[in-house]
Amino acid sequence: WDETHFGKMGSYYINRTFFFDVHPPLGKMLIGLAGYLSGYDGTFLFQKPGDKYEHHNYMGMRGFCAFLGSLLVPFAYLTVLELSKSFPAALLAAALLTFDTGCLTLSQYILLDPILMFFIMAAMLSMVKYNSCANRPFSAPWWFWLSMTGINLAGALGVKFVGLFIILQVGWNTISDLWHLFGDLSLPVVTVGKHLTARVLCLIVLPLTLYTATYAVHFMVLNKSGPGDGFFSSAFQSRLSGNTLHNASIPEHLAYGSVITVKNLRMAIGYLHSHRHLYPEGIGARQQQVTTYLHKDYNNLWIIKKHNTNAADPLDPSSPVEFVRHGDIIRLEHKETSRNLHSHYHEAPLTRKHYQVTGYGINGTGDSNDFWRIEVVNRKFGNRIKVLRSRIRLIHLVTGCVLGSSGKVLPKWGWEQLEVTCTPYLKETLNSVWNVEDHINPKLPNISLDVLQPSFPEVLLESHMVMIRGNNGLKPKDNEFTSKPWHWPINYQGLRFSGINDTDFRVYLLGNPVVWWLNLLSIALYLVVGSAIAVAVQRGAHLPAEVEGLSQVLLRGGGQLLLGWVLHYFPFFLMGRILYFHHYFPAMLFSSMLTGILWDTLLRLGAWSLASSSLARGLYVVGNLGLLLGTAYSFYLFHPLAYGMVGPLAQDPRSPMAGLRWLESWDF
Amino acid sequence: QSVLEDPLLLFYKMLGYLEHPVVVTADINLNVVALTAVGLLSRLWQLSYPRAVVFDEVYYGQYISFYMKRIFFLDGSGPPFGHMLLALGGYLGGFDGNFLWNRIGAEYSSNVPVWSLRLLPALTGALSVPMAYQILMELGSSHWAATGAALLILIENALITQSRLMLLESVLIFFNLLAVLSYLKFANCQKQRPFSLSWWFWLMLTGVACSCAVGVKYVGVFTYLLVLAVAGVHAWHLIGDRTLSNVCVLGHVLARAAALLVVPAAMYLLFFYVHLSLVYRSGPHDQIMSSAFQASLEGGLARITQGQPLEVAYGSQVTLKNVFGKPVPCWLHSHQSTYPMIYENGRGSSHQQQVTCYPFKDVNNWWIVKDPGRHQLVVNNPPRPVRHGDVVQLVHGMTTRFLNTHDVAAPLSPHSQEVSCYIDYNISMPSQNLWRLEIVNRESDTEVWKTILSEVRLVHVNTSAVLKLSGAHLPDWGFRQLEVVGEKLSRGHHESAVWNVEEHRYGRGQEQKEREVELHSPAQMDISRNLSFVARFLELQWRMLTAKSDGSEHKYSSSPLDWVTLDTSIAYWLHPRTSAQIHLLGNVVIWASASLATVVYALLFFWYLLRRRRKICDLPEDSWLRWVLAGAVCAGGWAVNYLPFFLMEKTLFLYHYLPALTFQILLLPVVLQHISDRLCRTQLLRSLFGALLVAWYSCACHVFNALRPLTYGDKSLSPSELKALRWKDSWDILIRKY
Repeated sequence: WDETHFGKMGSYYINRTFFFDVHPPLGKMLIGLAGYLSGYDGTFLFQKPGDKYEHHNYMGMRGFCAFLGSLLVPFAYLTVLELSKSFPAALLAAALLTFDTGCLTLSQYILLDPILMFFIMAAMLSMVKYNSCANRPFSAPWWFWLSMTGINLAGALGVKFVGLFIILQVGWNTISDLWHLFGDLSLPVVTVGKHLTARVLCLIVLPLTLYTATYAVHFMVLNKSGPGDGFFSSAFQSRLSGNTLHNASIPEHLAYGSVITVKNLRMAIGYLHSHRHLYPEGIGARQQQVTTYLHKDYNNLWIIKKHNTNAADPLDPSSPVEFVRHGDIIRLEHKETSRNLHSHYHEAPLTRKHYQVTGYGINGTGDSNDFWRIEVVNRKFGNRIKVLRSRIRLIHLVTGCVLGSSGKVLPKWGWEQLEVTCTPYLKETLNSVWNVEDHINPKLPNISLDVLQPSFPEVLLESHMVMIRGNNGLKPKDNEFTSKPWHWPINYQGLRFSGINDTDFRVYLLGNPVVWWLNLLSIALYLVVGSAIAVAVQRGAHLPAEVEGLSQVLLRGGGQLLLGWVLHYFPFFLMGRILYFHHYFPAMLFSSMLTGILWDTLLRLGAWSLASSSLARGLYVVGNLGLLLGTAYSFYLFHPLAYGMVGPLAQDPRSPMAGLRWLESWDF
Repeated sequence: QSVLEDPLLLFYKMLGYLEHPVVVTADINLNVVALTAVGLLSRLWQLSYPRAVVFDEVYYGQYISFYMKRIFFLDGSGPPFGHMLLALGGYLGGFDGNFLWNRIGAEYSSNVPVWSLRLLPALTGALSVPMAYQILMELGSSHWAATGAALLILIENALITQSRLMLLESVLIFFNLLAVLSYLKFANCQKQRPFSLSWWFWLMLTGVACSCAVGVKYVGVFTYLLVLAVAGVHAWHLIGDRTLSNVCVLGHVLARAAALLVVPAAMYLLFFYVHLSLVYRSGPHDQIMSSAFQASLEGGLARITQGQPLEVAYGSQVTLKNVFGKPVPCWLHSHQSTYPMIYENGRGSSHQQQVTCYPFKDVNNWWIVKDPGRHQLVVNNPPRPVRHGDVVQLVHGMTTRFLNTHDVAAPLSPHSQEVSCYIDYNISMPSQNLWRLEIVNRESDTEVWKTILSEVRLVHVNTSAVLKLSGAHLPDWGFRQLEVVGEKLSRGHHESAVWNVEEHRYGRGQEQKEREVELHSPAQMDISRNLSFVARFLELQWRMLTAKSDGSEHKYSSSPLDWVTLDTSIAYWLHPRTSAQIHLLGNVVIWASASLATVVYALLFFWYLLRRRRKICDLPEDSWLRWVLAGAVCAGGWAVNYLPFFLMEKTLFLYHYLPALTFQILLLPVVLQHISDRLCRTQLLRSLFGALLVAWYSCACHVFNALRPLTYGDKSLSPSELKALRWKDSWDILIRKY
């Protein structure tokens, strides 16, 4: 299943070819590293789910993920122990995670999620640990846990952007902590300042440095041209060996008579292109098509000419070189067909509100509709235009519209290239901004592109922009079934990891329903009990010392976990991108820990309210044992989901899993 | 004058004397009266000019016409209350709904009562002026500050433009302000006399105003949430008040819950109830709704389905409509043409008869439900109904071929199976035409398949594929109809795999010829069905929320970042001959100073907050509380009405900022008064500050006056004058070329 993605990206690191993914690089780098250390050579193709690994050494990568995944259990144990100081609570939380088939399945394969969950839990644990060191500020363990929190935050963010949520949680915790210190009048302001500085250092500076460092490594390792090139700008591509722009040397400033390619600044639009095919009957004027095309091709070449002179050949060595300047009126002639870039008041083929762009004229002689004003975005008039670096717009002189690409795919007649239009809306969008990429002019001195190479911060910024755009681009289609956030906590539907038919070896990602529904119940119960206690406290009710202590655990510790759950769950409702069931798992970790604390507290409260001490003890022990054994038994029932099952599908009454299909929507 | 200045105090003083006997105390604040008067003057001035469709009136006008003609429509942009208010204006003005709303700038015909249509937005816009005054008074500001706030609202050009047309922003702002005002009045009553008549009145009014705001536009929900949050905090303090008994606290909490949660929900339902009872005729938007919903409207589908037999039986003739209905609503269809032997990309097909989904009524949409065990295609007497779980065959009425699917890749979705009407070519490809019927919305496992009401999935018996609309358009060989496939992996229940019977009749004809005649004749029989209100409400609400507005760019669309700096504008209307025009532009002075005030407030707030934490109190407790409350209402109101737009993906316009701006303007006098009272320590400074304020206000008046021709559109300016008004390059003022 998704191993095809992340395994492949691990291979890319080993092969050092550049690729593009919507997630930050740390997770895939770690997978690559694990593969590298375990002797995987990066040659497996990872083409489609179900392919056999055969002789390839993949166990290192899987083992690494599984190891991180199994660390979640001790982390949960320690976190809950620290929050509640209660052994059974910690045990229950750990058991819930151990016996959850979903967590198990997710951490068995080469995926980013076990790594992400590892960092999230580690950050949570270090935060809790350092909170309990608060009475010994600036001691060694205090510094240790504080910086561990920072490191793990960087890790979480470096694997997926979902790591932002744990950063929010730590941030909230830190702010309330500082607020508390600030209100403590026994502390001088200088001490508070020291506290603030320590946190800024460990929770902001340190993670940022590490996060940036992962990118530095990422770009250093991936120095060969690969499948991800086209997503990035021309300047960016010049960094990659094997790319045509690498180590190329071209003239720096655009001059008349140069042969150029023009690339749209928006990701995955490509080069301005034309070819000897006309727009079909009924679609605008029957003139030559102009499109954008992602691949490099001779038909992407254009010659830049002055609008009024055609006679004097600008390439004539005797004539002086004349540079194109911002605001000049130019004409773009297609090199292969000698037609001019042209636009007129006909509607564009797909975007009806825009004007059609065509190739017009014979041997460079056209009409006044071929004139374009070239403008550099955010520059003064009269400046020269730099190759690669200048962001230019082409404004049609007669209609006043701007050359752009709508990004829509033309039908068959347009060879499924992308539509080029002239938009009358002058709003600046990336669709209508271009840059000059190749530039051939024998009369100008070539300069090495190394001068143009973007600096590291620019590269960092660009890769983030591309990632964000990529993430936004992942939209579900209308008629596709998609997972909705409200499906997740009720375990509405799982995800098929491998195998479809009854003869296949099938793995199905589904939470252990007993665990998940217990978690759901616990959250509801927690809200009721928590608000009851909070109201009682606010009303000034006098609680017995024991209940007071328990309610503190419930409100403080449980509150933090609830916040974690809320932060890792609710933002998904706002996301427009396509969502999957496994996005819920970080939230599920928090809710499992909350369950541990809640039930332990409830049992203690129940035991306390009973008169006789032996009965109370009995209730407490039986309750805890019951919960533990119940989850263990349910795991025994559902373990084939994670470890794989063969045989008829569960819809079939003959299947051994038939009795376990508690919801009709589970299709294992 | 001094008596008038503090009417509230006077009122409370008087209350002390006049206790039990019923006494009417009329106390008229001349200030409020005067402000209302100028507000009305500014908003109602030449209201019916221009007598032409201005900007979005073109949309709202359509809906008004629909109301006048009682035709059902669906508008995804907002709940129906706002449209109904506009329609009320039309009703009072005697509008018959006959006007073609198709073009901005089209001249109104004489039957359109422009004045009364525009009256309601204008009135609400005018009333916002005195309400601003009242809100600031309730926030504990001085009489001067309150008057200042009202005067600022009065001369804000964008607010004036927006309230003089058939648009809903001014109505929304009115209800937002009303909600805040009545909550503040309520909170002040709380201190004096809880559970008194006025306490109840203001509490209920808060709930009603909140629901009205939400009912006008969904964005009203943000103000509602703000009011809820403030009320929640106040209630929490109340719970902590140990002088009150438990019963008393419980009463307080319950009263608030009833007024702020139950009443708005009930009101919201009421809007829809009125809406649905007003628009009961079928119209152009029917197609989007489910068959059941359409059947509940007068005319349209109901005319056809009225009198159909309810239970589908073996031998029934049916049309099957896809429940999901996207990209277009359509019916299961087949026709004589076959799939091309080889597709353009080289894949092969079964070359059997095409099965598609067709968005128009057609005789080829008819299918006959057949019992696989019998040969007959007619309904027995008595009819044998089809139940959940039964295995059926579907026979295409006109060609008598069987609906079939097999392990051949579908034309456009190669991962799914092709669906065809089976033709026996004698090439060892047996027909696989058994389908198991699953009723999705069944209540029991033996439920009967019902016309319109039952939503069914057709599961192929041999391959367990599900009949599904893939949403792709077939190329020319398929006449651009929609592709229907057998989806092998039923990845959960998606509505595109669910169908319902729309038209239905019991087949009587034994012979094919008789059947064809039957298929061509319209269905007629008895019984009629009606959906419950709740079901209709839920469906309508769901469709409204999921209705996709075409996210196309618009010439005047803008991003929220442009709004704060007023880096955008909207041309609303241009006179057909002169260059008189209406242009949505804000009063830059007010705009800028309001933003500045917000920043100053935030800085001061955090400064005070930090110092208070170290036990340095710059402000006495009660004025600190007032300062916080003013910030929560005004700065908070600005934030909740502004920030969510950054997350929205729809096309945004400058006018979306106006509710936020109104709250920001209310904050301005609060901050100014605070500076004058607290930060100007000497009398001299204070007088200087006052002089500065006068200068600043006259500056704002000057800007108002300069932009007035664009606000009212009554005066044609020369090109050079217009150019001079173009203070920012991003303002797109239209200049006629002569």
